[in-house]
Amino acid sequence: MIARKFMAGNEAIAEAAVQAGCRYYFGYPITPQNEIGEYMSWRLQEVGGTFLQAESEVAAIYMVFGAAGAGARVMTSSSSPGISLMQEGISYIAAAELPCVLVNMMRGGPGLGGIHPSQSDYFQATKGGGHGDYHLLVLAPSTGQEAANLTMLAFDLADKYRNPVMILGDGNIGQMMEPIEFKQSEKPPVAPKKDWAITGAISGKRKLIKTLYLDPVILEKRNLEINRKLREAVKNEVRFESYMTDDARIVIAAYGTVARIAKTAIKVLRAKGLKVGLLRPISLYPFPYQAFAQMTEKVRDFLVVEMSMGQMIEDVKLGICNKSRVHFYNRVGGMVPSYDEIIAEVEKTAKEAV
Amino acid sequence: METVFKRSRTLTSVNTHYCPGCGHGIIHRLVAEVIDELGIREKTVAVAPVGCAVLLYNYFDLDAYEAAHGRAPAIATGCKRVHPELVVFTYQGDGDLAAIGTAEIVHAAARGERITTIFVNNAIYGMTGGQMAPTTLIGQKTTTTPNGRMSDKAGFPLRVCEMLATLEGAAYISRVSVSNSKNVIQAKRAIKKAFETQIKNLGFSLVEVLSQCPTNWRMTSVESTKWVDEKMAAYFPLGEFKSTKEE
Repeated sequence: MIARKFMAGNEAIAEAAVQAGCRYYFGYPITPQNEIGEYMSWRLQEVGGTFLQAESEVAAIYMVFGAAGAGARVMTSSSSPGISLMQEGISYIAAAELPCVLVNMMRGGPGLGGIHPSQSDYFQATKGGGHGDYHLLVLAPSTGQEAANLTMLAFDLADKYRNPVMILGDGNIGQMMEPIEFKQSEKPPVAPKKDWAITGAISGKRKLIKTLYLDPVILEKRNLEINRKLREAVKNEVRFESYMTDDARIVIAAYGTVARIAKTAIKVLRAKGLKVGLLRPISLYPFPYQAFAQMTEKVRDFLVVEMSMGQMIEDVKLGICNKSRVHFYNRVGGMVPSYDEIIAEVEKTAKEAV
Repeated sequence: METVFKRSRTLTSVNTHYCPGCGHGIIHRLVAEVIDELGIREKTVAVAPVGCAVLLYNYFDLDAYEAAHGRAPAIATGCKRVHPELVVFTYQGDGDLAAIGTAEIVHAAARGERITTIFVNNAIYGMTGGQMAPTTLIGQKTTTTPNGRMSDKAGFPLRVCEMLATLEGAAYISRVSVSNSKNVIQAKRAIKKAFETQIKNLGFSLVEVLSQCPTNWRMTSVESTKWVDEKMAAYFPLGEFKSTKEE
C-alpha cells in the first residue's frame, strides 16, 4: 500500500523516522527545522514513543547518547548553530559507536547568521566537526521525497555501522511542501539485535558504554577499529546521481537544493543546444570521488555550485585530481542561486572552454 | 567461622584508585550496600561523571555509561526514557554537577526525571589537581585561588540542595556527610531513600554527600574529616530538604 501525503520536508523526515522505527526524539527548537520536533511531539505519542524538549542542544545530544546506548532507534534535529553546540556529544557518540540519526537543516552563518538556506556546514558535517578522528555518514537529499527515503536509510546505516548518520539539508528542503509517498510495509522495521546495549546486567555480563582509554596503546587500537568500520562504509555506501552526463561537455557538481535548481538550468541549456549534465553527490561522506575521477575522461570542465564559500569543491577537486578544469559559482548568507544565474555561469564557462 | 563483613555483591574486587582518606570509597560502598539491600543490581544502571569517579564502572558490577563532563543527567534521562523499568543513577562531583553540568541537573530535577543523583561535594576539583570548585568555600585555598577564594573576584559557593529543593519535580533532596560513623549511617539511610523514591516513581532524587579530599586540601585524613564537620557543614547544612511521601 502506498500512502501519499502533502507535507513539508521537515515533516516528511519526521514521519519517515517514525516509520523506520524511531521511537525517541530529543531536541531543542531552532529555525528552520521546528516542524520536525513539533511533528514528533504528537506523532511519537501516537505510537507509544517519547518526545522530549531538552533544555539545550547540548542536553539533547546526550539524551540521544543515553537512548542510543540503551538500544533504541533515536533521532535529534537542529540547524547550524544548534548543531555546533552538539559537536561535543557527536564526538562522544561516534567514539562510543552509538547508532543514531542527526538532522541538520542548514541556515546561513557564521555566528547566529540568518534563518535562510545555506550549505556552509559541509566541512563540519563531512570532516569531523567535533574533536578526534571520526566521521559521520552524511546523506544530502534534494527533494522532500528523497529526504524521507534517506531518513529511513539513515537508521539502517546507523545500526549497520554503529555510527551516527547525518541528514544534511537546508532551509529549503525542510520548508518546501511536496507530495510524499510512504510505502506502508506489512511489518514494522526491526533494528538488528544490539547485545552491546544497556539493559541492566541481567545476563550476568555487564555492558559499558565508554570513551575513555587512558592507555594510548588501547586508544590507538580503538581509533583503528573505528577507521576500519568507516573504510567499509566508504566501500559500500557511496551514493550519487548522474543526470544527463552521458554526452555532457560541462558537468555541474552540486548537492541538495542547489542540485535541484541545476537540473532546471540544465533543461534550459540543453534546449539551447549546450551539452550539460549534473553529478549530484547523495552521500557527502563517503564522497563519490571515483565518479568524478571517471568523468574526467570525457569531461574537461566542471562547474561546482554551492551555497557556501567553497566547501564541497575541495572534495570535487580531490576526485578530479587536476585532470579537468574546476570552476566555481556560489551564493552565501542565505541567498539561493537562481537557475538563471547557473545558466549564465555555464554559458560563460562554455565560452571560455572554446 | 561466621563472616561478619564482606564485599558488597554490587562491588567488583578491583582496588580503587582513590587517595588514602578520600570519601569516594565509603560512598561507593554505601551505594553498593543500598543496591544489594534493595535487590536491584540486575536492573540498576550507573552513569559515571568526569572527575575522580570517572572509572567507577571498574568498581561497580553494573551496566554503566561514562558521561561527558556534566552531562550525566541527560544521558540518564535518555536511558530511563527507553527503559523506565530500570533504576538509573548518576554519580557526580561538584565541578561536574554544579559548574559545567548545572543546566542538565536543574532541568532533570525540574522535569521530575525518575533518576537518582549521588552528588559528591568535596569543595574542590580533585582529578585535575585541586582547582577552585563551584562549592569551594570563601577563604579556601586552591591552586586557582592561592590566596583563598574571595567573593568579590570568584563569587560565592553554590548550595545545590537548597536550589533544587525549590523545584516541583524534585521529590527527595538531602545533604549528608561521611565524616564519622554516625554520619555514614545517616548517609546510607538517605541514599536508600533516594533510590526508593525512584523505584516508587515519585520524581527526581538527589543526595549531596559532603566528602573529604585530604590530598588536595593538603591535610591529614583526620584533619580533613574535622574540616568537613566544622567548615563545610557550617555553609552546607546537613539535613533533608525535601521528601515526598507516596500518595
